[in-house]
Amino acid sequence: MSLAFTRRALLKTAAAGAAAAALSRRTAAQASGRVVVVGGGFGGATCARELKRKGLAVTLVEANAVYTACPFSNAVLAGLRPIETQQFNLDAVEKEGIAIIRQRAVRADPQARRVVLEDGSSQDYDRLVLSPGIDIRFDALPGYDEAAAGTMPHAWKAGEQTILLRRQLEAMDDGGTFVMVAPANPFRCPPGPYERASLIAHYFKTHKPRSKLLILDAKDSFSKQRLFQAAWQELYPGMIEWVSLSSGGKVIEVDAKTRTLVTDFGRHTGDVVNVIPPQRAGQIAQAGGAADRTGWCPIDPVTFESRLQPNVHVIGDASIAGGMPKSAFSANAQGKVCAAAVASLLRGEAPAEPKLINTCYSLVAPDYGISVAGVYNPRNGVLTDVEGAGGTSPVSAPPSFRAQEAVYAEAWFQTIAREVYG
Amino acid sequence: MARLASVLTMGGMMSVAVVVMVKTMPAAAQGVAPPGATSCSGCHGPGVSDAAVPPLHGRPSEEIVAAMQEYRNGRRPATVMDRVAKGFTDEETRAIASWLSQQP
Repeated sequence: MSLAFTRRALLKTAAAGAAAAALSRRTAAQASGRVVVVGGGFGGATCARELKRKGLAVTLVEANAVYTACPFSNAVLAGLRPIETQQFNLDAVEKEGIAIIRQRAVRADPQARRVVLEDGSSQDYDRLVLSPGIDIRFDALPGYDEAAAGTMPHAWKAGEQTILLRRQLEAMDDGGTFVMVAPANPFRCPPGPYERASLIAHYFKTHKPRSKLLILDAKDSFSKQRLFQAAWQELYPGMIEWVSLSSGGKVIEVDAKTRTLVTDFGRHTGDVVNVIPPQRAGQIAQAGGAADRTGWCPIDPVTFESRLQPNVHVIGDASIAGGMPKSAFSANAQGKVCAAAVASLLRGEAPAEPKLINTCYSLVAPDYGISVAGVYNPRNGVLTDVEGAGGTSPVSAPPSFRAQEAVYAEAWFQTIAREVYG
Repeated sequence: MARLASVLTMGGMMSVAVVVMVKTMPAAAQGVAPPGATSCSGCHGPGVSDAAVPPLHGRPSEEIVAAMQEYRNGRRPATVMDRVAKGFTDEETRAIASWLSQQP
């Protein structure tokens, strides 16, 4: 981050503080309706805007001046798009009248209805919405700490890590081996590792055709598996080897110095190694007591209110959303439903039972897209797949169908980015 | 390919219709969104006339209902909407379509 950028962020923080103080005075008169949203990603920014449009006083807490989106960041790794096309800011959100505090939220006190920020100041709320995304668990895979991520990037939070992994791929000689470590469920973007392998295979095929990919997986099956594997055979024959859990794919230790991955059955090394480690809900969810022993946040499927903390709602990747995958599409859909529920609750009305949609596109090649979709509603306290709906793209389809889904994938990204940040 | 071309052309035509609708629509017509309705704009963003995925805001309710019925019974070619449409009953679809038609 440049000095100029930091200065600008500070000035904006000061302005946002003043705006927030003004809002406090106004809402004190109205005696209700103050909502704080933590996290300016696809879930949080969506929810903040929806709440504002429902006439509520909204403060959005987000430390980063620039948000780098994960969807399509695999295409950045493959050299198919510049990282700038992934980057967004909160200017339009701020213009809508939402007070933005450019700090990290470090703690929440649900009893006092207060969020504490890193400078020690705090924000009071009637309802708190947490959309913190994920944290990488640097304590979960022996040998994989923050320093190791500088050698074997995870690139599972887009930004510097994405650029680092891209540089490593560019520097790799033709004939080299790329090794990916894929995590057990649940984790952000279930089809993401396999889309990543596909697009890196595309890069190798077009630039370094003697190179190979090895995926060491802690699972025996994965999202859109039949579609991915059929496409790999068709587009990248002999290039990608997937080692499942039961074939010895689970990595139990890593050594960053030698780029070595240890399984129960042996050792692997790669010229470029991408470790996608275990994850948990972002720090504020842990500190706010909204995460359970799994590291994720149990929620009420109607309101997204935490099962553990009253008046705290959790949306997006951090939540345990039943059948809904941890995707940007899910976060966006949840942000809107959560905003409607929060508005109802603050009016003293019963929130309506929602229905939500998720659609996740993956690119196997620039002109080859596949998707999985689902429709969800609360059933027995859990967001559950509506029977007979959803599923993946057909396993057999003409190239025109795959090309059309690739077009829709890009269109989806443009649309959602405009809705959330435009 | 002919199948896809027809879908795209239809999308294009509808987008033109939507642009006209938006300009004549009263800005305040919103109301409470029925279950499922707010998810649509994740793909069907409002107001972009040349979008690959047609906008739905301000589009006539009966068109949306008819399209969803055809997606459900397989009479309309689809990539993903057949899978989504099957998650909604006729009644739910009518409520969603009515709300979408009133959005600016």
